[in-house]
Amino acid sequence: MEQLFEGVTPVFWILAFVTLVSAFMVVSLKNIFHCALFLILCLFSVAGLYVLLEAEFIAAAQVLIYVGAVAILMIFAIMLTSNLASRRIRQLNENVLVSFFVSVVFVFAGILLIRATTTARVWHYRPKDLSTDNIALLGKYLMTEYALPFEVISVLLVAAMIGAIVLARKERS
Amino acid sequence: MLPYLVLAMILFATGLFGVLTRRNTIGILMSLELMFNAANINFVTFNKFVATTPFVGQLFAIFVIVIAAAEAAVGLAIVLLIYRNWRGIETDHYSVMKW
Repeated sequence: MEQLFEGVTPVFWILAFVTLVSAFMVVSLKNIFHCALFLILCLFSVAGLYVLLEAEFIAAAQVLIYVGAVAILMIFAIMLTSNLASRRIRQLNENVLVSFFVSVVFVFAGILLIRATTTARVWHYRPKDLSTDNIALLGKYLMTEYALPFEVISVLLVAAMIGAIVLARKERS
Repeated sequence: MLPYLVLAMILFATGLFGVLTRRNTIGILMSLELMFNAANINFVTFNKFVATTPFVGQLFAIFVIVIAAAEAAVGLAIVLLIYRNWRGIETDHYSVMKW
């Protein structure tokens, strides 16, 4: 059981605290613009967690794609659609209590599941040193063994881009 | 490793709560991003601590990030379209696809 706490440093606790608090802010704040700002904070601290887990490339991709692109896209959409200052509109619908209950049950079921699988030794616990040749190996995998998913995902990206343009374009009669 | 998994679980549940309760469509999309991130933390954690081929978990995390980006682009385009047609993006504002 002790070994399952390996890799947990004080930095982890700080990052976990920041992640969870900002995530709670994202789902609970009234002003949707503040939610977007807290989402950026949350994504940044998740990038820090990736660095702790020796996934530096994922951390960089997280900052570039999520913080640089997705969050900015969200802020653009908020500015184009919501009227933030004029009126205080209700942000949560009427099944808050039920949803909260469902989420709490979900967390406890998940923790029980994790405990069961760790004590039954389903996983072959073997921490690896991933610090060397990180990006080079990732690139090699993408070009050899996982070339097909890589191509599929690029086709998906092009399709999504074209779809977004077609959807958001003004209709000409 | 265990605290990472529990953190991802709580993050996912938070996103679930947001998806279920938000009235603003952009709020729902932001909660979805939280859920994607929880899944990604799991991928990277298992890649580090459990005996698999090294880096495959990180590879799948990259795929998840790309899919999240595509989802955000299409979703926000739909949100803009809804705003143009209904003048509001609250989820009880537009219900034309509901029987």
